Amino acid sequence: MSTTTTRGVAQPAPAKVSKGRPRRGLLASSTFNFWLFTGPFLIGLVIFVFVPIGWSIYLSFFEARFTVTPSQFIGFENYTQVLTDVDFLNSLVTFTVFAAFIVPATWAVSLGLALLVNRLRFMRAFFRSVFFLPTAVSYVAASLIWKMSLFNGVRFGLANTVIGWFGIDNIAWLASPDPPWYWLVIVTVRLWLQSGFYMILFIAALQNIPRELYEAASLDGAKPGWQTFRYITLPQLRATSTAVILLLLVAAYQAFDEFFNLLPKATWGQPPLVELYKMALGENQNYGAGSAGAVVLTMLICVVTLLQGKFMGFGRGEESK
Amino acid sequence: MSAMSNSNWSRRSLFRAAAGMAAAGSLAACGGNTGRSSGGSGDSLVQYFHAYGEAGTEQAIKKYAKAYKDANVTTQWITGSNFEQKLFAALLTQNAPDVFEFHPQIQLIKSGQVADLTDIIDPVKDDFNQADIKSHTVDGKIYGVRMIDDPQFFFYRPSMFEKAKVEVPTTLEELIEAAAKLKTGKVKGAYLGNDLTPVQSPLIWSAGADTLTADNKPAFNTDAVAEGLKQLRTLFTSGNLLLGAPADWWDPSAFTQGLTAIQWCGMWAMPAMQQALGDDIGIFPFPKVGSAGKQSVTNGGWSMFVNAKGKNVEAAKAYVKWLWIEQKKYQEDWATSYGFHIPPRTSIAQSATKLKSGLPAEGVKLFNEFGHFDNIGWTQAMISAVNDVMANSVRKNDDPKAQLAACEKKVDTELKKLFG
Repeated sequence: MSTTTTRGVAQPAPAKVSKGRPRRGLLASSTFNFWLFTGPFLIGLVIFVFVPIGWSIYLSFFEARFTVTPSQFIGFENYTQVLTDVDFLNSLVTFTVFAAFIVPATWAVSLGLALLVNRLRFMRAFFRSVFFLPTAVSYVAASLIWKMSLFNGVRFGLANTVIGWFGIDNIAWLASPDPPWYWLVIVTVRLWLQSGFYMILFIAALQNIPRELYEAASLDGAKPGWQTFRYITLPQLRATSTAVILLLLVAAYQAFDEFFNLLPKATWGQPPLVELYKMALGENQNYGAGSAGAVVLTMLICVVTLLQGKFMGFGRGEESK
Repeated sequence: MSAMSNSNWSRRSLFRAAAGMAAAGSLAACGGNTGRSSGGSGDSLVQYFHAYGEAGTEQAIKKYAKAYKDANVTTQWITGSNFEQKLFAALLTQNAPDVFEFHPQIQLIKSGQVADLTDIIDPVKDDFNQADIKSHTVDGKIYGVRMIDDPQFFFYRPSMFEKAKVEVPTTLEELIEAAAKLKTGKVKGAYLGNDLTPVQSPLIWSAGADTLTADNKPAFNTDAVAEGLKQLRTLFTSGNLLLGAPADWWDPSAFTQGLTAIQWCGMWAMPAMQQALGDDIGIFPFPKVGSAGKQSVTNGGWSMFVNAKGKNVEAAKAYVKWLWIEQKKYQEDWATSYGFHIPPRTSIAQSATKLKSGLPAEGVKLFNEFGHFDNIGWTQAMISAVNDVMANSVRKNDDPKAQLAACEKKVDTELKKLFG
């Protein structure tokens, strides 16, 4: 039932009728306006996205070292090279491990932060800003702060200072794969950088949950806290959670900056994009093999996304559920 | 007429302006920042330099460029640790530099990327260090002008050695023992760089092997090198090695801040070290590895090249000739005013008073006695393959022999592509 009333409230004045010339001709055409506004961006999309993708597919069938205009056709040789390259295959394992860490961790941290901030009565905007601000920091800058200040291997690094209070010797967090401390550095930097953004999505979703649901649950005897969260809040956040998980997976696929900056000249902890960068733009300048790797990776991402959509029901209409 | 009365016109104009700006922005993005300044007289040239750590270097390079009157020379000062990757990528584009610094590497010549500079160097060829001339020569043609030679060796603190009763190591075993004795609660024994790659070539040379043979075959896969890698692994896991330092090996900070008693670094860092530590600095070459080895020093350095595919090849050659052949005053300034380097020109090296006594003179002596110069056939892809050996066998504990064999296979493939 609506609780609003218009009694006693002044009605809005009718919109003034424009006395200007009626629009006609080309400028009145919605098609023209559509192309006027989208054209420049479409041109950019074609030049900077579609042409490079097409060129990359073309290059993947050529011997293209130190050139992007090759002449020697080699068929599927680059694909064979990439699919038998141990480093490329290991990079897929690295991605899987990274995604397995970062997706649930970010989901939990951002949801936790959203619940905390949402319950605040005072300084809500301040804390929301504090947690969101890291989103504005570049991945490169954050990686360098993590590498040089927080997790360097010397005694005055923050992490080593803290463990030093407990009598533990300095740890070279990024120097060695055994034990793999580098995962701690990589996961924490990304958590810090991206949790704030997903927190905002969860706050928006939390604010959309009708209060009547909580009131009804309270009348039915549900205890506030875990019980309410488990049976009301969490189910109501299902759509947002699914979207967040999908976005997190896509972001994990795009992981590059922190790995590239935190683990230079390592053969471990290299996700697919770093491996492809090294292949195509590194010392070998093998654009053919790099392009073949990019095509393989794109196909893999498509398959995984489709499978995820199938299992999680993302994008499925309410009526088909 | 009130401002409100023409609001429709204003809004439409704003939309049009916004659309126009968006279109202009998209088109402008096609051009990008080339780094080439417009205006000025003569040709416009772009030169690429990696970011030197010593204060004043960027200003010096820009000062020399400004003094050149026949072309407008713009400097791109490339920061970050992947200068070579940025350079290689840029060389494929329309915005490639006309002039750039790098190390002599044969793939640049084979792919027609760098111009033949024989005609500008020939008149003064005899005044250059002949090892530098050799390392830039392919089939009798000289492809780059050496600007500076940079010997790299170990720096150590004699006071710490005295206190720990340690002698200057001459073998790798002695270096490992020294690192153990020198380590205290606050100071690590030695620092070989965060990823250990700066000592990969010295390890090979000190084990009596080489990167390539004279006829360009892999020469690094020997038992002595494998043994050296195993020894390095023991140092890596000993807890006596400084790892994860905020500043990497080329920066003297770890040494001057007292984080390590020994550090692998270059002669360029001597002035900063002397300023911080006074006379408490000594140097020694990479020690002998195995019984058949010999101590070694890396004679690194940087050279100027001209992009053969650039738009202004002749103008670029003229600039290189003017600065790096004719302007001996600038060449000496570049080599000795912002960190110590050895001038590749014999006449300049002989007159450089800063290099004639004390620690710099000792550095010059090690350069002459134990130095290994650039091998033009040893390319970045091969260096990268040995980087992987260091990562896998020393930092990850894989079998050094297997790693060397895998590396040899990669290097062999590269060599076949380059030499057939």
